Amino acid sequence: MYSLYREPGVLLWRGFTMQEFANQCFGNNIGHGKGRQMPIHYGSKKLNYITISSPLATQLPQAVGMAYSLKMDKKDACVVAFFGDGTTSEGDFHAALNFAAVMDAPVVFICRNNGWAISTQVTEQFRSDGVVVKGQAYGIPSIRVDGNDALAVYNVVRSARETAINEQRPILIEAMTYRVSHHSTSDDSTKYRSKDVIEYWNTVHSPITRLRNWVERKGWWSDKEESELRIHTMKQVKHAIDEAEKEEMPLLRDMFTDVYDDLPSNLMEQETLVRETIQRHPKDFPKDMPL
Amino acid sequence: MASIFQGVGAATSLDTKKFQLSSLRSVTGRKASCVVMRSGGAKMDGGSNQISGRADQLVTNAVATKADTPAASTASKPGHELLLFEALREGLEEEMERDARVCVMGEDVGHYGGSYKVTKGLAEKYGDLRVLDTPIAENSFTGMGIGAAMTGLRPIIEGMNMGFLLLAFNQISNNCGMLHYTSGGQFKIPVVIRGPGGVGRQLGAEHSQRLESYFQSIPGIQMVACSTPYNAKGLMKAAIRSDNPVILFEHVLLYNLKERIPDEEYVLNLEEAEMVRPGEHVTILTYSRMRYHVMQAAKTLVNKGYDPEVIDIRSLKPFDLYTIGNSIKKTHRVLIVEECMRTGGIGASLTAAITENFHDYLDAPIMCLSSQDVPTPYAGTLEEWTVVQPPQIVAAVEQLCR
Repeated sequence: MYSLYREPGVLLWRGFTMQEFANQCFGNNIGHGKGRQMPIHYGSKKLNYITISSPLATQLPQAVGMAYSLKMDKKDACVVAFFGDGTTSEGDFHAALNFAAVMDAPVVFICRNNGWAISTQVTEQFRSDGVVVKGQAYGIPSIRVDGNDALAVYNVVRSARETAINEQRPILIEAMTYRVSHHSTSDDSTKYRSKDVIEYWNTVHSPITRLRNWVERKGWWSDKEESELRIHTMKQVKHAIDEAEKEEMPLLRDMFTDVYDDLPSNLMEQETLVRETIQRHPKDFPKDMPL
Repeated sequence: MASIFQGVGAATSLDTKKFQLSSLRSVTGRKASCVVMRSGGAKMDGGSNQISGRADQLVTNAVATKADTPAASTASKPGHELLLFEALREGLEEEMERDARVCVMGEDVGHYGGSYKVTKGLAEKYGDLRVLDTPIAENSFTGMGIGAAMTGLRPIIEGMNMGFLLLAFNQISNNCGMLHYTSGGQFKIPVVIRGPGGVGRQLGAEHSQRLESYFQSIPGIQMVACSTPYNAKGLMKAAIRSDNPVILFEHVLLYNLKERIPDEEYVLNLEEAEMVRPGEHVTILTYSRMRYHVMQAAKTLVNKGYDPEVIDIRSLKPFDLYTIGNSIKKTHRVLIVEECMRTGGIGASLTAAITENFHDYLDAPIMCLSSQDVPTPYAGTLEEWTVVQPPQIVAAVEQLCR
């Protein structure tokens, strides 16, 4: 599983706990990344989810590589690589698709086309008919799906996975959706788009609303259960955040470990230097830092 | 709480006016304290000693160590106050006004105004083509800029974060730096490549790269690092006017520095270092954000009886060995403080250059304080430990001067 940075849902489904999410975001000592990566850059070897790296599209050639290794080992598995519409401009995207096609690598490429790359609309990102034609151009079977229709997406991805593994070839899925939130907490998207549009997509076309309506009509869900779930989840999240906040920050030693498999002499030297400095001037460094 | 002053020392050479000015803000300390230092004299070019008429207009103030209230000083001071990113924008705008061939390209530079708002308002003024929002392909839009430059335009290429320009390394190294040479001088590439870099906003390893380390070997390019609003504007203008490709390094933590800069137009010299604080005991060479850590340490050192000479080297390629050399001949001790990693950073190159050229003048081995050879961690405490802190600088000077 190769992610960009908007796929914690996948991780949640696989079994990453609320607590683990919170730990990573807080960058504390027991988070998976040992406090080294930015928030939401999750990773879990156990769940087959590669740690997220910030630059766009770097994960795509790597996904092909991983699929290549699965192919060599004849495993009954494929690789899934997620990315957004903006990423399809990057050189690595094109190279990855081309490689996957030529090597018949079992990768399912899933593009979340949500219309925006920070403030850049898709019309300023590319002039092609979306992303699906690009897969076609590289000789990859491609399909476009309504990304806000949960059932459609489920069916498409399931079928894509089967094809990728059984026929040992890549598939490209373009899921059409809309980014209702800001790009990140340091963005205010009302600066470049109208609130009405955001509101419209958040209500009328919201995938959550649509799925809920369907489930309710089937008699499997009700408002009561909805509010119970919300309250319960809210509590869970708050608890996770509280616990994560209480945890210790990463140790100084962990700044130097894992750069290489063993600690080389130059890093040992540098670590000693830092420790000496902190010991001599404790007031000039953050308090309660675990050494 | 902060007061600034300007010193006049100007000499013309060719047609650029140079001012040497120093001002200081302590950015990183929990309390903002300010020490104001006198600038060194202007660098004289052999031969021409004319002083341009316009240079006399700046006000000379005496050195002030404790601040006077802003209210008292703003009324009568010339110039205008602004933040560093505004200074960059002002420089950019002035050059775009002056020369219709100057254009900007990058991600979200248009109506969004750039990730640190350096290009804000320019798209509205100059149009969407001249301030171009590009798709997300760094190697491609850098290549595009190079192509445009070869046919006569003067593009400024913005990397949303310096780290992303690693994707453009191929274009910068193989084409930008080389084409003027390999074409026998037929094609020139007057691009400016700029963007925010450096450590400090807990942006994680990939967004905290110090690209000056990686780029310094590329022949054909020049590199400068700005650190104050005054030199940011001056260097931006100089970089745009230069016919060589210039990489302008900005720092994520310095964009909101405030300073009073002259109203009149000025352009700084790309190859010159800035004398921040003259002294007698030790030469401290630094650039960008580390300048402020050094000045903070300088305050402590002065209290302890030391007299450090602080030079903001500004020009990372080529080094201003003239200014640096003069300083070493005076103090005989060198400390380099940088944010690059220990291995292969600017400090490493500077150490080699100084040893080669000024070995006889040194009384002690050169000391270099740099960041460790680790990817920059996100956790705040770890990130802080990875950067050189003022107490380390103080300790290093004490050791050097023993």
